[in-house]
Amino acid sequence: MGTFIDYTVNGLVVGNIYALLAVGLALIFGVANLINFAHGSLYTVGAYIGWVCITQLHTPFWVTVPAVLIGSGGLGVAIERLALRPLHGTSRIAPLLATIGLSLVLDQVVQLVFTPNPRALPSPLPDWRFQVGGGSIGTLDLLILGVGIGSAALLFVFLRFTKLGWAVRATAQDIDAAKQMGVDTDRVNSTVFAIASALGGLSGMMVGMYYNSIDPGMSFDATLKGVVAQIIGGMGNVPGAIAGSLLLGLIESYGIALFGTSYRNLFAFVLLIGILILRPNGLFSAAKETPPEPMTGSFVARGKPIRIPMPGMVGIVAVAALLPLVAGDYVLQTGTNALLYGLLALSLTLVAGTVGMVSLGHAGLLAIGAYASSLLAIELHIPVIAAIGLAGLVTAVLGTALVFPAFRMRGHYVSIATLAIGQIVALVILNWNSLTRGPIGISGIPPLTIAGVPLYDAPQTYWFVLAVVTGLALLQARILSSHLGRTWRALRDDDVAARSHGVDVDRYKALAFAFGGFGAGIGGAVTAHLYSYINHETFNAQISVLALTIAILGGLGNISGALLGSALLVGLPEVFRGLAEYRMLIYGVVLLLLIRVRPQGLLGTV
Amino acid sequence: MLAISNLQRRFGGLLAVNDITLGIGAGELVSVIGPNGAGKTTLFNLVSGIDRPDAGRVVFEGADITGMAAQRLAEIGLARTFQHGRVFANLSVMDNVLIGGHVRLRAARPRVPGLGALAELLLAVIRPSAVRGEEAALRDEVRDIVAMFGDRLLPRLDHPAHSLSYANRRRVEIARALALRPKLLLLDEPTAGMNETETTEIQEIVASLKARGQTILLIEHKLGMVMRLSDRVLVMDGGRAIAEGKPQEVRNNPAVIEAYLGHQSTGQEAA
Ligand SMILES: Nc1ncnc2c1ncn2[C@@H]1O[C@H](COP(=O)(O)OP(=O)(O)O)[C@@H](O)[C@H]1O
Ligand SMILES: [Mg+2]
Repeated sequence: MGTFIDYTVNGLVVGNIYALLAVGLALIFGVANLINFAHGSLYTVGAYIGWVCITQLHTPFWVTVPAVLIGSGGLGVAIERLALRPLHGTSRIAPLLATIGLSLVLDQVVQLVFTPNPRALPSPLPDWRFQVGGGSIGTLDLLILGVGIGSAALLFVFLRFTKLGWAVRATAQDIDAAKQMGVDTDRVNSTVFAIASALGGLSGMMVGMYYNSIDPGMSFDATLKGVVAQIIGGMGNVPGAIAGSLLLGLIESYGIALFGTSYRNLFAFVLLIGILILRPNGLFSAAKETPPEPMTGSFVARGKPIRIPMPGMVGIVAVAALLPLVAGDYVLQTGTNALLYGLLALSLTLVAGTVGMVSLGHAGLLAIGAYASSLLAIELHIPVIAAIGLAGLVTAVLGTALVFPAFRMRGHYVSIATLAIGQIVALVILNWNSLTRGPIGISGIPPLTIAGVPLYDAPQTYWFVLAVVTGLALLQARILSSHLGRTWRALRDDDVAARSHGVDVDRYKALAFAFGGFGAGIGGAVTAHLYSYINHETFNAQISVLALTIAILGGLGNISGALLGSALLVGLPEVFRGLAEYRMLIYGVVLLLLIRVRPQGLLGTV
Repeated sequence: MLAISNLQRRFGGLLAVNDITLGIGAGELVSVIGPNGAGKTTLFNLVSGIDRPDAGRVVFEGADITGMAAQRLAEIGLARTFQHGRVFANLSVMDNVLIGGHVRLRAARPRVPGLGALAELLLAVIRPSAVRGEEAALRDEVRDIVAMFGDRLLPRLDHPAHSLSYANRRRVEIARALALRPKLLLLDEPTAGMNETETTEIQEIVASLKARGQTILLIEHKLGMVMRLSDRVLVMDGGRAIAEGKPQEVRNNPAVIEAYLGHQSTGQEAA
């Protein structure tokens, strides 16, 4: 009984922390129709402001809290004003990508300033504990519960009884109507970002105190949990977000009690996928159907793609093939690495660009391919080359099946679902000990071998990967120029019109994921044989984001663009080695600049 | 050919389509008119599988197609255009109209049970002569269809649809629907946003389609066109059918006049 109460208290406390995040996400989604992927970064910033105040400046608590609120709230306002507002009227996906770029920049800045090492964030409150029916509850628990309830009450009063609050609700309901009634929607947006970011920052500080530890990597998880809680409650639904958060907190807490900590996030993501499939409007909404997306504005940025003529292409491939004659091993390894990313970007540019499903979990496909090939080669002694091919097929089938639930979703829901699916892949790998060796990972993966001859030196490896990439790129180009390619692009531009003309959307999305999964699976498999060791973190969410940045840099759907993008983003930072430390910062800035200056990418969307 | 009976669709408290019954024979042109918000587009959505009715039945050539998915309806010969225009913005005019021929492709889309999708992928890569021939024939056909619009679209075949004028995008939609070789063609306000000359052109085209024996269900605000082309007219208001019959009968029906006068703004537009 006592432990049950402890787990319940823990679930409610964690739920309150999620609620502070989810409420902000819900407000932002309501007025801006945007899932703010930078939300977790503000939470981290809030935690670090708290850390500076408490451990460096030794401010009293009643100064620390306002400092956190003002600091993170102000940053939120600046983000809205400088990075998001200029994107009004551009393609639908632009603001979402901008928030991803912002999160990369903010996280890396925090890391550069405060180092990646975790820091202790001691709670300044007296450490009393109260006994409750066999369990116990501490002062910090009470504070978090109090702040959660207090913020909810304040927010309710604000939304219900103030003029600005009314404007926020009016904007959330129908932005055009609100504008016509004279609502200053820019001011509404600023207000909402201020409130959301302030609450997010406060949440970060309290989490830091709760676990007595903060680190720059805490953003990602926070964003995810906030998003999951919000989706449980219904996108843009503020009371729903609170209820969803408490539910998520309790489910996680009881789940950990029953199964263990490593399952924690699995519950969250499985719940997310379940809700997205069964009740996309959240647990508390009556309607089952997803609200229609605004039809104005194209999904991808428009622009005429730059076509490289055939002789130019042949020339580029020839130069790439001759590179080993002049370059040293280091350059060739970098080239191989860039080519492998190119393989992933080819797959993603097909799925996200050609078909319009912006996947944020694409690294999950690499992981499936890598594990499949490694296990086939080690456990079943299948020759490496055959194992790689089989891994491609396994990834095609498994990847398509996993993403299948997202086929009916649109816009931002697809990104969230694929993000969750990517996480689920990593968590299943972590927990399925008997197959994947769990957290230990797989070591001793045999090297690339062709006809019994292992490819140990850099030029051979490079040539092999170059050949694979060239082959798959040619295949993809050929398909794009066929009726199948036309059908893919049609369903991206307007799935309703495509269905009305006989296009079976599920079938064509499945075909795209099968082909894309095959390429990505081969990429993962080759990587595994080159690394000789992989674990559940080798192919993490950062890789998914990088792949998306590459695809956007080159131009969504653009094959040569994907390869150019990976040469630039993966190759260049390696060449200037000093930049390695700033890599994520560079990716973030590139993403932000691109969206602003050249949303169609370097070579244009196809 | 098409029999709609007691069709109903409710949005929250609003009955957008309330107990509509309508039959269309082969070769007929039936118009649906009514003020804005009368439920005409919703009726189209229910028939074309974009939306599902809450009650009622739709029968097409003897088969019950109530609630059937849009892509299957396209396969059995139903094509439609959209009131607000839904072209594939990043596709060229040619590609837009080629998608209209999607359901008719046999070589590129073999009907192999189970493995059809995979075969489609392989054929897209290998592209045997049957597939190439089929594509070439369809391209020729697209040129013929597009030529119906005179010089409006022909010089712009390779332009992306988003670069076209509003009127041209509407034309692309009509061409795309025709490329399906539909048994029944549903046109939702094909002349919306067009000037008088352009409207006349579309009227000519619809008339020539009708002369060829094309069965058409038309939503249109411009009453002159409706009166000239229609075999029968259904008048809707507030989700209900308030009148049905030959153009002349409907025109003089007091309930119809009342409905149009009751909605001043659209009444003027229609006049
Ligand atoms: N998806 C929807 N959700 C809620 N209401 C809708 C929806 N679609 C149409 N309506 C409502 O149904 C009524 C009929 O609309 P519509 O069929 O578009 O009329 P019409 O085409 O005759 O102008 C309108 O009041 C409209 O607001
Ligand atoms: Mg309408």
